[in-house]
Amino acid sequence: MPKPEILDPQGKAVLGALPRLGFAGVTDVRQGKRFELEFADEVTADVLAEVEKMAETLLSNPVIENYAVRVEQ
Amino acid sequence: MKVGVVTFPGSLDDVDALRAVEIGGNEAVPLWHGDHDLKGVDAIVLPGGFSYGDYLRCGAISRFSPVMTEVIEAAGAGMPVLGICNGFQILCESHLLPGALIRNDHRKFVCRDQRLRIENATTPWTSAYTEGDEITIVLKNGEGGFVADEATLDRLEGEGQVVARYLDVNPNGSLRDIAGITNERGNVVGLMPHPEHAVEDLTGAGTDGLGFFTSLAAHVFA
Repeated sequence: MPKPEILDPQGKAVLGALPRLGFAGVTDVRQGKRFELEFADEVTADVLAEVEKMAETLLSNPVIENYAVRVEQ
Repeated sequence: MKVGVVTFPGSLDDVDALRAVEIGGNEAVPLWHGDHDLKGVDAIVLPGGFSYGDYLRCGAISRFSPVMTEVIEAAGAGMPVLGICNGFQILCESHLLPGALIRNDHRKFVCRDQRLRIENATTPWTSAYTEGDEITIVLKNGEGGFVADEATLDRLEGEGQVVARYLDVNPNGSLRDIAGITNERGNVVGLMPHPEHAVEDLTGAGTDGLGFFTSLAAHVFA
């Protein structure tokens, strides 16, 4: 997700479009990205640490984005 | 001087940059993103365009291309590196320059003749100018909004690392009207507008961009 202090022009565009479609009450929209990574084997703590590294080096830009890693079965 | 210009898949302005290097009185050497080889160049230009289709984030994938390993190492050793537009984005993604470039605040692609003020004429890319010079060169970007946290912006201003600033209008929402910056050492410069499109009277906004390509020679022989 873009960090809270970083302007999110795409989110602003969505925010502007919602009332035009009759959806009221939304005060802010932030647009981010979601990556789904598949693994053949069990996601151990070591694998998760690797994923954190991927998130930090390539998938996100820590200068302007925050990230969270979640495991789903 | 031998000046390398890197072509990535999706680079647009590499040929213009090569041409500008020659017009500036230096020898232009084409470099390829997939090679671990700088071919003995003395300086490097990362040109504009949409490398790797701007997938993920502008410059994010280019930053990990083979040639960038060499560019990052050479920049660390003091080699002059100029990133224009997409090249600026790649330099930020490589952490050779602080901050990042995000989508223009008005969300539209912008293409205009842009007036700038040169704020730092001591870098190897701007030494042909005088601090305070006002120049007009082409600006064309969709994701040219320069952002950084307040502390970084204050440091850039305080250390004289702002190289160029937008005049008249801020075309993309860049914080503090910043159009270009340099690193602490002063050898790496990132610039959102395109000096390589302003080196001949035949096309473009004039020849105000030529200084970026003649500075190298002046810098070396000064």
